[in-house]
Amino acid sequence: MCPDLLDPEIIKQDFPIFKRRVYGKRLIYLDNAATTQKPRQVIEAMREFYQDYNANIHRGVYRLSVEATEAFENARKKVAKFINAKESEIIFTKNATEALNLVAYSWGLNNLREGDHILLTEMEHHSNIVPWQLISKYTKAKIDYISIDKEGLLVDDEVDRLMEKRPKIVSITHVSNVLGTINNVKKIVEHAHKIGAITVVDAAQSVPHMQVDVQEIGCDFLAFSGHKALGPLGVGVLYGKRDLLEDMNPFLGGGDMISRVWLENSEWNELPWKFEAGTSSIADVIGLGAAVDYLNSIGISRIRKHEIKLTKYALETLSEISDLKIYGTNNLEQRGAVISFNLANIHPHDLATILDEEGIALRAGHHCAMPLMNKLGVAATARASFYLYNAESDVDALVEGLNKARRIFKL
Amino acid sequence: MSSEIYRDMILDYYRHPRNYGSIEDAEIKVQESNPLCGDDIELYIKFDEEKNVKDIKFKGRGCAISVASASLMTELLKGKKLDDLLSFSKKDLLEALGIETLGLNPVRIKCALLPYKALKIGVYSHIGKKLSEEEKHILDYESESQQD
Repeated sequence: MCPDLLDPEIIKQDFPIFKRRVYGKRLIYLDNAATTQKPRQVIEAMREFYQDYNANIHRGVYRLSVEATEAFENARKKVAKFINAKESEIIFTKNATEALNLVAYSWGLNNLREGDHILLTEMEHHSNIVPWQLISKYTKAKIDYISIDKEGLLVDDEVDRLMEKRPKIVSITHVSNVLGTINNVKKIVEHAHKIGAITVVDAAQSVPHMQVDVQEIGCDFLAFSGHKALGPLGVGVLYGKRDLLEDMNPFLGGGDMISRVWLENSEWNELPWKFEAGTSSIADVIGLGAAVDYLNSIGISRIRKHEIKLTKYALETLSEISDLKIYGTNNLEQRGAVISFNLANIHPHDLATILDEEGIALRAGHHCAMPLMNKLGVAATARASFYLYNAESDVDALVEGLNKARRIFKL
Repeated sequence: MSSEIYRDMILDYYRHPRNYGSIEDAEIKVQESNPLCGDDIELYIKFDEEKNVKDIKFKGRGCAISVASASLMTELLKGKKLDDLLSFSKKDLLEALGIETLGLNPVRIKCALLPYKALKIGVYSHIGKKLSEEEKHILDYESESQQD
């Protein structure tokens, strides 16, 4: 077998959850855009922390605390290296949403005012829309949205037109969680920087699946979550350029983010701790470090190759089902491993119920992207999203399940 | 098995919804939605002089379960007294739909209860009782049958 290709059946052995049965059937997990399953190595790293050296970090002088601090900061090193950033530029949050809110509040609130523009796209997740709506309310800055075409790609002319309004900040998703569209963030960041805008990339759907290099993209901020990248729930990451982070006010106040506190005021801690108020989710951060190790051991480019192959197979086999409408582009270079679809007029919730019975975990709903649903003219879609442990046999099971749904609904 | 819910009766009520539409001069007009899946229902009830349901209609978009449920509910309630609408329970609706014993998961039970929630909010507001957020919550989350 070509060493370049992944064998999902071997990968699956690292994930204890695949031993379980769902209604007596094997688990076919196709909801990776929502959260991913955890390899033994991640679960083990967290168990070790709680069992062997559970202690609070940074302030303790005793052995356990030193070990915990080392493991915590070591995870930061791993994450920094993973996206080619400096350690001081990696801030741990509770999730990608909090990371985006951090930028919206700490940067947006202090730098935006009436007459300013914020530039987003129509394909954003609510987490990259709602924080800006809140900031827009406080600052009276106006939000513009780059529209998408029928294929689910950003319209280049619209990018140019809206950049002419000289937005102060441009915040865009790297990969759409609904359409799978991979946006050319590097190009948009370059354009935005030419007009002096600050740039934010929502990389929640890209970092787990493809090589993401913040130096290469050139963005000012980039956010992602750990749990979509085989890591535990409860930890997200914000990358930010050092000079910008230094100029910003803290997002949350509390312990750990200060260097000195008086009754009247406080001095902020150094980066990145200035933005990490209170006790962090230490075990989760350590677990994320283990997830990064795991991804590195497999190789992120191999994962991407595997996903392209699987997405190609899925697009081909799904398109053979009549009355099935797939959203997004067919160009595999511009598409992540996410396939949203509708089958005739069967409501996605009904589809998901029928597929559930076959052990297939598939998402149905608006995927936290209601403006995009409106644009597509649907209330909801069904969505299959793949990862390294998915195989062609999972796609085959999906197709079979959809054919069962056709029979039940007498199509 | 939960796909048993999609038997002919349910599919028929879904494909050919009874009492579909709106009533211009309805005494009760209420709109409810399920933000989870974007399902949306409008319910209209018109009473006669004796406070019996003279006409009841619904419209909206939703999954087979919520549409069939709304469709069946309107059929059950036509001609009923206002008091009957107040005493109409989750159990009554779920039993009529035949989904009480199917082991349908709570998310989908919520679909079935969307029209019920609209009914209760509409009727309560008609008699001048405003439901608190907590009471609304109970309407759609507690799937066990209970007297309202």
